[in-house]
Amino acid sequence: MVVPFYWMIATSLREPGAAFATASIEWLPTKLYWSNYAEAVSRMAADGMSFWRLYGNSLLVAAAGTFGQVLTSSMAAYAFARLRFPGREGIFFGYLATMMIPGSVTLVPVFAVVRALGWVDTYYALVIPGVFSPWGTFLLRQFFMSLPRELEESARIDGASLTQIYLRVTLPLAKTALATLATFTFMGFWGSFMWPLIVTVTPELRTLPIGLTVFTQRYSTDYSLLMAASVMATVPVIVVFLFNQRYFIESIKLQGIKG
Amino acid sequence: MTDRRREALTAYVFLLPNLVGFVVFTAGPVAASLYLAFTRWDLFRPARWVGLQNFVSLLGFSRSSDDSTSILGLWRVPYVANDPFFWQYLYNTAFLMLAIPFTLFGSLLLALALNRKLRGVVVYRTLYFLPSITAGVAVLVLWKWLYNTDLGLINSVLTQMGVARPPDWLGSSSWSKPALMLMGFVMGVGGASMILYLAALQGVPRELYEAAQLDGASGRQQFASITWPLIAPTTFFLGIMSVIGGFQGGFMQAYIMTAGGPAGSTMTLEYYIFNKAFVVFNMGYASAIAWVLFVIILVVSLATWKYGGRSVQYH
Repeated sequence: MVVPFYWMIATSLREPGAAFATASIEWLPTKLYWSNYAEAVSRMAADGMSFWRLYGNSLLVAAAGTFGQVLTSSMAAYAFARLRFPGREGIFFGYLATMMIPGSVTLVPVFAVVRALGWVDTYYALVIPGVFSPWGTFLLRQFFMSLPRELEESARIDGASLTQIYLRVTLPLAKTALATLATFTFMGFWGSFMWPLIVTVTPELRTLPIGLTVFTQRYSTDYSLLMAASVMATVPVIVVFLFNQRYFIESIKLQGIKG
Repeated sequence: MTDRRREALTAYVFLLPNLVGFVVFTAGPVAASLYLAFTRWDLFRPARWVGLQNFVSLLGFSRSSDDSTSILGLWRVPYVANDPFFWQYLYNTAFLMLAIPFTLFGSLLLALALNRKLRGVVVYRTLYFLPSITAGVAVLVLWKWLYNTDLGLINSVLTQMGVARPPDWLGSSSWSKPALMLMGFVMGVGGASMILYLAALQGVPRELYEAAQLDGASGRQQFASITWPLIAPTTFFLGIMSVIGGFQGGFMQAYIMTAGGPAGSTMTLEYYIFNKAFVVFNMGYASAIAWVLFVIILVVSLATWKYGGRSVQYH
């Protein structure tokens, strides 16, 4: 399980161009080519794409998208899970059903919408459509539904409004699920390749995965540089994971029911 | 304003931002794709309405002069499928999905093991989570190399263990799918599913276990009557998402590692759709395939819901 990741790092430090020339597996490269990392950045620049610009773009898009998704999904999920209103089950089923359509065929219609809004080649196109993916709402609704009602009910008795319950009771209890959603949404935006490729044209707006293809196109795949760039690209995801990770340790304190 | 009315109003306010975006960017395009399934569109010239023609070409059977199709290898019938590729790829897609229950179960085991305040548990969780964040083009290229028949790591190890002729993984139509399934399992275990299970396990009140222990329940009994039912909503979620994802999956792997081969043995329906839409530019046909796939997914999901709904308990 860890082997591929270790392999990535080991390969990134090998002599450029020689990565797979030998028949035997080199577990520990004899000489560490740290220069590969700088070389990867400059190789990309030579192709007209600034590694750091793309990095920043990916960060911006992923952060904004994650924020939007978590915010709107949690609100919608709360409505689906705890509030009663006409059409609730029907609309939720609609959410579920749309996830069953393979993404490839909605790609063109979504592009048409984005184009009609004048958002092609803008950050809006990179961020907004992804924010409204239904899976976040689905995830959070399930989680909200599994929370014990007693806390919410006692808050109700204490006179709290539904919004207050949402903010003070439900959300704090759901930290784990929210952290999980945030992590995966971030990962989704971070690794998104096809969509940014379609909606952006100018190199300054493109995201990191597109930049990585530089290494696989002309020069018969230079694995060392590709791995170097990939390792650098993995850092934010690890950071996000570690940050959210602590919420997985906290256990939901149910002493509140008795207290 | 009545309480009910106020509740419904609050609900709509909470729902609105997400719902608007959903309609514009998800539901709308989905409806558009349904329309497209009844047209012939090459993305350049205007779409032309062709009614059910796409579906007939996809699912239909025509009379043929000889007994060219066999049903389950037992009976031969004088019909030939209009689109034999569809059925082959459907089989591929379903076959590849067989790894899913194993992956989910493996993730659950991992989550159970890591659901403790051990020293260094953070390290373990990160380690097991790593494969899923390194997923992507680089990793697939890596696995392609690992599976290399002559020089790859897997076969090298097998040879050293004494296997005379290790399989030609990605080059053989019998081994290509198992190869992808194995990769899917190794990379899939411990990722998203593990994290979600961890989150769900955190939500199980400790008092229940303590009470059960006092009553003399064994570990296995505790798992069966406490853990499993209480994490059922998560299992349900993961199950549905896996079904949806599984039917729609296999694209990147096939695209990067095998180009759908050999002999179409790793071609999945999603890849087929992509091919029809963006390579051959027959968007209408691609949409038709997508909607047939949708019906399949819907039926399987409803079956899962019916079955899972009984064991899902919300308290």
